[in-house]
Formats: sequence, C-alpha cells, structure tokens
Amino acid sequence: MKTDELIDVLSTNVERVDTGKVSRNLQLAIVGGLILALITGLAVLGVRCDLRNPSAFGFLVLKVGFGVAVILLGSHYLLKHARPGGEMRSWIFVTTIPFVAVMALAGVSLISAPASHWDHMLMGDRWIECLLSIPVIAVVPFAVIMWAVRMAAPTNLARTGALAGLVAGGISAVAYALHCTDDSLPFVAVWYGGTIVLCTVAGALLGQKLLRW
Amino acid sequence: MNTEHAKERELRALMIAGLNGDAAAHRALLSALSGHLRAYYRNKLVRSGRGPEEAEDLVQEALMAIHTRRDTYDPAELLTPWVYAIARYKLIDHLRHSRSKQANVPIEDALDVMAADDRAATESSLDLTKLLAKLPEKVRLAIRYVKIEGLSVVEAAARCGISESAVKINVHRGLKALSAAIAQDKAK
Repeated sequence: MKTDELIDVLSTNVERVDTGKVSRNLQLAIVGGLILALITGLAVLGVRCDLRNPSAFGFLVLKVGFGVAVILLGSHYLLKHARPGGEMRSWIFVTTIPFVAVMALAGVSLISAPASHWDHMLMGDRWIECLLSIPVIAVVPFAVIMWAVRMAAPTNLARTGALAGLVAGGISAVAYALHCTDDSLPFVAVWYGGTIVLCTVAGALLGQKLLRW
Repeated sequence: MNTEHAKERELRALMIAGLNGDAAAHRALLSALSGHLRAYYRNKLVRSGRGPEEAEDLVQEALMAIHTRRDTYDPAELLTPWVYAIARYKLIDHLRHSRSKQANVPIEDALDVMAADDRAATESSLDLTKLLAKLPEKVRLAIRYVKIEGLSVVEAAARCGISESAVKINVHRGLKALSAAIAQDKAK
C-alpha cells in the first residue's frame, strides 16, 4: 500500500473529535472505582463501630486522608501519562510525598513511645487482614481504571500501569480504613504504605502487557 | 532560526482544525507528518541495514496511530512532543516484535522527529484489502463506504441499513482494529 492511499482513507469524512473525553473517562473510572471499592468494603467488612471515640475517629480521618492524598497525586500524573509523551514532562516522584510524610510521622511516634510498645505499634492486631484486604479490594478499581487507560494512548506502559496500580491501591486503602481498628502511625506506614506499593509494582508489571496499543 | 517554531505552529494549527472536522487540514497534516516520519524511521532503520519498505510500514503504522488516537492530543500542549512520543513508541514496539531484535538501532538519539523531511515514498508491505478482510463485515462495509468510496455518513447508513451513529462507531472501531491488526501482523 502507498502511504498516500492511506492518507486518502484517513482524511476522507473526518469527524470532529472531543479531546476532553480521555480525561473525563479516566476521572469517571477513578470515581467509579472508588464507589465500587467502598461498596465492597462496606458489604464485606463493614464500618468500625467505635467511631464515637475521638481518637478512633481521628485515626479514621488520618487513614482516609493518606489514601485520598495518594489518589489525588496519582490521578494527576495518571491523567498526564495516559496521553502520548505525558511521561516526558512529569516529575512522578511527587507521588511519594504521602508515603514519606506518613513514614516520618511513624518514626516520630515510635521514638516518642517506649521500645516495649513498638512491636504492637508496628504489627497491630490484624496486619494479615490489612495485607490481604487492600490488594484484593484494589482489583476491581484497578480493572476499571485500566479499561479507561486502554482507550487513551500511553507511551510509557510500565509507568502508566504503576500509576494505575497506585491509584487503585489508594482507593482500596480508603475503603479498608473504614473498617480497620489498628490505630497507630507505624501500622499505617508499614501495612497501608506497603500494600499500596505492592499494588503499584503489580500495576507496572501488568501495564506492560495490558496497555499495548 | 525559528523554522522549528514555525513548523510547530503550522502543524498544530492543522491538527486543531482537523480535530474540529476540517478534512483538508487533516489531510495536509498527515501528508506533512508522513515526510517527517519517513525521514525519522529511515534514519533509524536503514542505517542498520533494514530496507526502506520496513520504514514505510512504520510510517503507515504511526499515521494510523496518530489518526485513531488523535483524541489523546491536548490542544493546550505542543504537537511535536505528542507526535514524537507516538513515533518513538511505535518504533520501540516494532523492534521488540520484529525478528531481528539484535540489530543496533539507536532509539535514544536526540534527533527530533521534525528535524528532517523525506517525500520519496516507497510502498509498504501492508495490504489494505487483506487487512480489511480481517474485520467483521459491518465494520468493513462502514470503512469501505465512508473512508474509501467517500460516501457521506447518511448515505452509508442508508446502504447498511443502520443508524448514522452506528456507522460512525463502526468506522472508528474499524480503524482502531486495523491499527491493531497491523501491530499484530508484526508480532507474528
């Protein structure tokens, strides 16, 4: 085939194109993923029942705040990366800020507590539940987000997949936070932070396979 | 000294007009880009002993990608980096899936995709008729009527006995499927 023939085909009956749709689809997928994750979390795990306790409520706010920060920063860069060349002018290391912040707070909280408490502060009562719940709840939002990214055209598949995993992990952390009763900063840093990083790595690996176009 | 800027401004204006449905501007854009893409791919491939036909395959693949994914261009941004990202992505994808992986093709060169222009086209190995034959009949007919015979969407809808929006969707899906079929052909 001659290239001019192809150009003829492509430029016959050219339709108007909506360039905002890519971002709108992605935003919709992220919000939709969040709603689905919240429904899953509420239906399967439920909400913690000690919310009248101000300390419990404070920790709920902190965990949700951490998750929301991860989602917002991750989404910002995901929206860029979904378009060709989006990776060229993005400084994605900004997405690590919530992790660094929560680790710093965790460090302060460990230093100011007696060493005999450290074990419980780090492991909590239900670290296994957290370790399993966050990646499992993240599956559905991840699938929805990847579906939206596939309609765009990322040119750095690993990074884009990683960002999709990061956002899905953040969403899942928000949903799990409603149920989780392990109230310590080191626990949030290790188990919330760790599982979200796990989702990010999985996203990077899957992205290279699922996002090809 | 500002030819790069002038080129960017000119191509971007064509792109934005094309996004608004201006077929002549879209044709002018694709035609101008094909020259730049050809120079870019020949520079990358022929230097390492590959034929100009292979470069032409890539030119066409990139043009398909640029056309079917043009909704991912943000009109607030520059056009050149967007085109370069697609051209480079298709080159890397091609090298990863073509048999002679070992050939030393310099991808990381800072050579700009707009830096050179080459209008000496050869034919690619892609066969539009064969590629079209792989598509479902409804989609194939929509593309044949609207994109090859140049019928209006209204006429095509009447001939196919489906709604206008269904014709538009079939054309859009068909071109994306063609784009994917070309990429898959390579992977074999």
